[in-house]
Amino acid sequence: MDFGDFRGMTAIDASNARERPAPVIHPRWVRITHWVNAIAMLVMIGSGWQIYNASPLFGFTFPKSITLGGWLAGALNWHFAAMWVLAINGIVYVALGFISGRFRRKLLPIWPRQVIADATAALTLKLSYQDLTVYNAVQKLAYVGVLIAGVVVVLSGLALWKPIQLQELTALFGGYEAARYVHFFAMAAIVGFLVMHIVLAVLVPRSLRAMITGR
Amino acid sequence: MPRIRKPIPGVDAKLLIKDAARLMPDPARRSFLRGAASLGALTMLTGCDIIDGPTAESALRVVSRFNDNVQALLFNPNRLATEYPASTITRPFPFNAHYQEDEAPEVDPKDYKLEVGGLIDNKAPWTLEQLYALPEVSQITRLICVEGWSAIGSWQGVRLSEFLKRLGADSRAKYVWFQCAEGYSTTIDMPTALHAQTQLSFKFDNQILPRKYGFPMKCRMPTKLGFKNPKHVTAIYVQNNNPGGYWEDQGYNWHSGL
Repeated sequence: MDFGDFRGMTAIDASNARERPAPVIHPRWVRITHWVNAIAMLVMIGSGWQIYNASPLFGFTFPKSITLGGWLAGALNWHFAAMWVLAINGIVYVALGFISGRFRRKLLPIWPRQVIADATAALTLKLSYQDLTVYNAVQKLAYVGVLIAGVVVVLSGLALWKPIQLQELTALFGGYEAARYVHFFAMAAIVGFLVMHIVLAVLVPRSLRAMITGR
Repeated sequence: MPRIRKPIPGVDAKLLIKDAARLMPDPARRSFLRGAASLGALTMLTGCDIIDGPTAESALRVVSRFNDNVQALLFNPNRLATEYPASTITRPFPFNAHYQEDEAPEVDPKDYKLEVGGLIDNKAPWTLEQLYALPEVSQITRLICVEGWSAIGSWQGVRLSEFLKRLGADSRAKYVWFQCAEGYSTTIDMPTALHAQTQLSFKFDNQILPRKYGFPMKCRMPTKLGFKNPKHVTAIYVQNNNPGGYWEDQGYNWHSGL
């Protein structure tokens, strides 16, 4: 083959690439469960703050303007309604995450050295985010972390809801009173993640588009 | 204003008073959703008008009824609440009610008669003397308030199941209805009424139940949230219809099992 043919082929390849749709970053099940989870989480957190205010664990309460439910009974009703959405959606998401291999492909392995390198790069604004299909080590750690926090918040919530019927679970968290603190800190971890997650989605709007359209 | 002068371990006295107030319905509480407006984004995402309070409220009440059924299924009649050593009793045990401590009903023991009715054979009212003569059981269990806090207390009295047996109550009936001196009321499911730790309590920590804890009689059930444990009980009915209760009618979950 001569040089001219080679150039011609690359031109065709390039035009094919332009016409070929961009790779799917998030399959439909990820997008659906993501947004269902987002709504359920907002309801759980907003109503949870109102419930917290009825008997605060620390020397502060949440401003009423950012809580949901109006008063304790309203907040409890929101909390114990949204819990079904959160739990069922969460189970579907985790099951599909394992079955499809997405968790293994996207989230593993996480090497501590890579986390440090990527964290340093991010803090010095040198981290590349051109390829949204691949998570950097800090992202992997954050996503695995928030998944664990999600599991802990649901289990500690069950321990608080049914401390007698599920007394072994409540005991696992160190008893009813300790489970309140576990539930609070798991919420705090999720809220901390959420703040970073939203800031980064705003900074890289393509990532938000990908979670809506898939690409 | 603060009526609890001594500090309570694990319970902030000032907050406790505030909590009692918080438990009360807001004047403008009709909308379950005050505060929901700040979740404007949520409204957009769901595409439905969740600011429409009454609609959301009735939808949430439907879910709450569903949760009653789920909780009835989760209730294992043989599961006992943990019993604690006397050294762990919360002292002083927190006072909590829909009224201030000095507004607690004053029941005259001489005039007191427990009214019983509904699906039972023996409808004669009970005097305190007769009630005190019933076989006594004791428990040291954790009371968990719907507000989130908990405290360990010690109660003595007769098993409700034992008392219902003496009434010749139909244990196939669905509900036991408690009415209280100051107008408070609540209903519980029969499986909970027959639970081994559900107790008609005449004593707290081996002393005659003080006024603030429900003199002369409280129904203590560790398997339910505190507000389902009525104080100053004056009437007990066994029946198949559920007339609701003081807090339940305002939106709190009816079953509220633990």
